[in-house]
Amino acid sequence: MDDLVLVAWTLLKVLLVTVPLILCVAFYTLAERRVIGYMQVRLGPMHIGPWGLLQPFADVFKMLFKELVIPSNADRFLYVIAPLLALAPAFAAWAVVPFSEGVALSQIDAGLLYLLAMTSLGVYGVILAGWASNSKYAFLGAMRSAAQIVSYEIAMGFALVGVLIAAGSLNLEKIVLAQAGNLGFLEWFWLPLLPLFLVYLISGVAETNRAPFDVAEGESEIVAGFHVEYSGSAFAVFFLAEYANMILISFLTALLFMGGWLSPFQGLIGGPLGAPSPVWLLAKAAFFMFCFLWFRATFPRYRYDQIMRLGWKIFIPITIVWIAVAAVLVVTGVLERGT
Amino acid sequence: MGAITHYLKSLMLKELLVGLSLTGRYFFRPKYTLRYPEEKTPKSNRFRGLHALRRYPNGEERCIACKLCEAVCPALAITIDSEQRGDGTRRTTRYDIDLFKCIFCGFCEESCPVDSIVETDIHEYYFEQRGENVVNKKQLLAIGDRFEAEIAAARALDAPYR
Repeated sequence: MDDLVLVAWTLLKVLLVTVPLILCVAFYTLAERRVIGYMQVRLGPMHIGPWGLLQPFADVFKMLFKELVIPSNADRFLYVIAPLLALAPAFAAWAVVPFSEGVALSQIDAGLLYLLAMTSLGVYGVILAGWASNSKYAFLGAMRSAAQIVSYEIAMGFALVGVLIAAGSLNLEKIVLAQAGNLGFLEWFWLPLLPLFLVYLISGVAETNRAPFDVAEGESEIVAGFHVEYSGSAFAVFFLAEYANMILISFLTALLFMGGWLSPFQGLIGGPLGAPSPVWLLAKAAFFMFCFLWFRATFPRYRYDQIMRLGWKIFIPITIVWIAVAAVLVVTGVLERGT
Repeated sequence: MGAITHYLKSLMLKELLVGLSLTGRYFFRPKYTLRYPEEKTPKSNRFRGLHALRRYPNGEERCIACKLCEAVCPALAITIDSEQRGDGTRRTTRYDIDLFKCIFCGFCEESCPVDSIVETDIHEYYFEQRGENVVNKKQLLAIGDRFEAEIAAARALDAPYR
């Protein structure tokens, strides 16, 4: 009986995270179209519902009612399982994301490792989709995506090692609490780990296959890349995974480098404005989510060799150097560990 | 030296930040989007849209079948047949405009000595069947009767310049 209650309670908690997440994704797609529209001096979707607010639902229903075409030479099993492989890690990663002190689906001490594993797993969905489609464009997209993720995974991992050194813990909650202090937002890790913060943010954009690193889709050269052959709801699942990943990266950047739910005025002023609150976390994550759209509206797609050069010859050296710097900072006591 | 400054500039993401600030500024610009059909741009009183044939206030049609419009029409879109009516005046029996041929140049309106054929500011019309693109005299007169007030107002506004 106790087990049943535990299972039901856990399921409820999972739903409490995933349902708002899916809604977030829905409105994030709308926000993307509106924000990019605004930056191109036009309005974007305005007609379905007030200010176009019901547009994502119109899109979802359109997708669901479309035929799911399976190419005759496709590997049927992999073809069907690939979108799920892309989606599952994007959702599973949320298990360790804390929303406030003590508010997380699971408090595991290896949270950062788990996150690294989950964000890397997502690429299997992309690679398998490209492989199973049995189409040259899809295959090219998958290969590009694989090479890109392998390159940026390393830089991303090293950036996280810097956070790990500074915080002295792999537990996400402890990492956030290590950024508490009396100097407001200057206590957060973005300042001592500035290069790592930028590398993490940019690698995050690359990791989610977003512009300007969206060579895996590359509309102009390889049609739509790995998901050329996907239609209807399977295509929608890829979309869902991509946007869920973007939201995840935004939350992680906020948690790891921008003090999570800590107030930017912590220790400087009292009252509710200086107190830690989940609202701060949401605001920070929303800012990074906006940045994703901002980048897409601003930058043209990187050439493929430039992406590789950036990943291997710039990001990895920078992160390695700064890990050493962070270690020195911690050992010399400039950056207090775990406080 | 140039290589070093270039390297530092690219490392500091200078160009990228410039680009971001540009799109950031455009984000707050007033938008050009016109939410047609809820919003419409203002139209000139000289707008040349769908044609109409006008009447005098006493109900007599203005057209005297002089065929100047047919002659001037660069697209050969106008076809006119005429006859002598019972009261001895010359009138059209047929006045067809092929709206697919028409280039809306307004020459017919300029050539008309009695201000009969005019181009109204109506631009929202459509054809459901093949052949409906040829509008005949009856239809043109009907358009003229329906929008006479607007047509007269537009002509009055333009009168000082004609």
